[in-house]
Amino acid sequence: MRLLKSREILLAAAILVLLAAIAWRFPGFVRPANLANVFNDTAILIILALGQMMVILTRCIDLSMAANLALCGMVVAMLNATVPGIPIPLLILFGIGVGALLGAFNGILVWKVEIPPIVVTLGTLTIFRGIIFVISGGEWVNAHQMSAAFKALPRAPLLGLPMLSWIALAAIALMALFITRTPLGRAFYAVGGNPTAAVYTGIDVGRTRFLAFTLAGALAGLSGYLWVSRYAVAYVDIAGGFELDIIAACVIGGISIAGGIGSVGGAVLGALFFGVVKNALPVIDISPFWQLAISGSAIILAVAFNARAERRQGRLILRNREAAT
Amino acid sequence: MLQKARTENADTPQAPSGQLVLTLAGICKSFPGVRALSDVSLELYPGTVTALIGENGAGKSTLVKILTGIYQPDEGTIRLGGREVFFATAYDAHRAGITAIHQETVLFDELSVAENIFLGHAPRTRLGLIDRARMNREAGTVLERIGAAIDPQARLRDLGIASKHLVAIARALSVDARIVIMDEPTAALSHKEIEELYELIERLKAEGKAILFISHKFDEIFRIADRYTVFRDGECVGAGLISKTNHDALVRLMVGRPVGQIFPKRKAEIGPAVLTVSGYSHPTEFADIGFELRRGEILGFYGLVGAGRSELMQALFGITKPSRGAVRIDGEVAVIRSPAEAIRRGIVYVPEERGRQGAIAGLPIFQNVTLPSLSRTTRHGFLRLAEEFKLAREYTSRLDLRAASLDQDVGTLSGGNQQKVVIAKWLATAPKVIILDEPTKGIDIGSKAAVHAFMSELVAAGLSIIMVSSEIPEILGMSDRVIVMREGRIAAEFAREGLDAETLVRAAAGIAGEMPPMPDASTPAPLQGP
Repeated sequence: MRLLKSREILLAAAILVLLAAIAWRFPGFVRPANLANVFNDTAILIILALGQMMVILTRCIDLSMAANLALCGMVVAMLNATVPGIPIPLLILFGIGVGALLGAFNGILVWKVEIPPIVVTLGTLTIFRGIIFVISGGEWVNAHQMSAAFKALPRAPLLGLPMLSWIALAAIALMALFITRTPLGRAFYAVGGNPTAAVYTGIDVGRTRFLAFTLAGALAGLSGYLWVSRYAVAYVDIAGGFELDIIAACVIGGISIAGGIGSVGGAVLGALFFGVVKNALPVIDISPFWQLAISGSAIILAVAFNARAERRQGRLILRNREAAT
Repeated sequence: MLQKARTENADTPQAPSGQLVLTLAGICKSFPGVRALSDVSLELYPGTVTALIGENGAGKSTLVKILTGIYQPDEGTIRLGGREVFFATAYDAHRAGITAIHQETVLFDELSVAENIFLGHAPRTRLGLIDRARMNREAGTVLERIGAAIDPQARLRDLGIASKHLVAIARALSVDARIVIMDEPTAALSHKEIEELYELIERLKAEGKAILFISHKFDEIFRIADRYTVFRDGECVGAGLISKTNHDALVRLMVGRPVGQIFPKRKAEIGPAVLTVSGYSHPTEFADIGFELRRGEILGFYGLVGAGRSELMQALFGITKPSRGAVRIDGEVAVIRSPAEAIRRGIVYVPEERGRQGAIAGLPIFQNVTLPSLSRTTRHGFLRLAEEFKLAREYTSRLDLRAASLDQDVGTLSGGNQQKVVIAKWLATAPKVIILDEPTKGIDIGSKAAVHAFMSELVAAGLSIIMVSSEIPEILGMSDRVIVMREGRIAAEFAREGLDAETLVRAAAGIAGEMPPMPDASTPAPLQGP
């Protein structure tokens, strides 16, 4: 635990250093209003990273989150375009439901059919995108087809922040509570940390993973509405390639790909680091290609750092195992 | 290193044939908290089968790992043909002509027979590529030499277990091994296949190979071995010619120590049956298991590795499914489908492998302890950390856990303390029956005594314990009754009074059944209780 906390502090410090470096040349970037903008811009990534974190904690991975988002986004956008009368909260709940269902489909394949998660979600990633094409016929849902209320919600200001930011903040708070203070949250750590021991403890490993996928799917569904309404467009390829950004945010945030290690704070900071880099580069007039290189370097650095922290642990386990022979 | 070189040649009865091939002298090897081997010596002669005998945990496997370069000794010398050698890696040992055939063959299912035989030393063409034609041809020659009718180009996965063993042996011979180590080679073989293996061993002897034969089965040892070496608690306690010894002498050497005083099992009130198992069977692991566990009782389960004890316990705990049979808890029929259900019913299982099955490294101590008891620390769906700490503190302090804080990662604790965390975890569920699988394996003497004392405390408090153990003193000292399992069945049941180590070893190894009954080897008790 202490190690995790120090890792989060380190990441927070890295973000501050980054901000200071940018502020040195472009003081405007660190104005509170602009920082709020950056946060708002990162809100969806944060929500998705929280979902991905649950899955990764259980020693799985979900490559289909962005495709899930796109499918849910398309479904709610088309629904809004054809039946504008449906109240927006109901539409959001519907999106979350569809997302949870898609996530549950991943989860069932992992749990009952015992296919490796990376293969399952690589498959469903393509399937989801295919379904979008089929239901939309390849057509876009454009801004003018969406109702005003549909587009207004994420932008609606509340106490100086847009609704989108508030939703992300609520997601962070709820997830922190859920992960640290419920038996299921604890089970995620146990399942990823030592699946065999988790079985002996009476935890159903498959079911726990299924629930992680389902919850991640629900968050992807929520993000689907947020994405489509914020950018006021839905088409087959929205959020293409975003699945990797989500995983990168988690990895930078210190969530161990081997499972069992990670925290809500880490996931949020990892996403924010991404957000800051992404928003700062155009300001300091650096080509977007550099942005990719910088993100990539950050991922490798983060993994190298995590690997070092984990190796210490691994050696200890090895020693115990040898002692037992 | 050198001052340890003892007079190994002097105390050796005349070598049966030719020169010593391999001499180990003064070998010591320690792991944190455990002294696996201390001052061990061993000699192997060409054309001779030397049996290595010892209880589970006597240090045989460690010795094999040292011989094959997987471990390096802390002290002592290895001489090969008179020259001192040091194996830094498994490859060094392999090149020196030492090769091991393990209980579970270490081969590659997806490769062909020839590829398996020549992996790592395949014949090359002039361009440095693998010469497949030559490899298949040479593999055929080696297989023929051992009389195995196996197609070199067959995929290994298509072969049966016996054929795989032959491939492993062929692999051993393909490097022109001088020393062949066979670690319980007959464990997975049928009677006919064992006979074929004996023939093969005879052939290897004729070729002048030195063979180290590790086995628990006495009939096998007397059938095939020429010499023996007995290990006990990491020490070499006897060696000599098979022709000059007998079953009784070997059993005594294996066990030979006073038992009974070390383990403080206090008398506890034995109550009515808590757990009754009858006709319990599994498709592959065990059959017709029936026993009764009473309140306040410690029931010991003894047997050789692979006798099916752990498998039985895993089924009782709901991890695997039995095919037949009934379990009653307090007289009520209980169908246990999952560990969660077993825990609810009051049965808990403390597994043998702490690393893999017990503690969850990465989670702090208190969360490890409370993991199976979360329903009790949860209110309105939320965990109460204060309750968790209280529960964890209560049980870890009863076990005298040494840790800086309950917030500490379990992975940073010593083996003994990890074991305490795992035991605390199960006690916190307030069980009726605790199944302890090798409760003190690999932990130091002090922690052992603490665990034993605590077991006495538990049964005094009205719990019942099933203790699976391969340590004879522990079984004899702690158990009220002992059930011996052999090959998935109950071989015998003994009361503690008057039970001695030799009787136990005989029952586990199946000696009593294959020889005229001895006066001191009590005949197997009926499967059910009195």
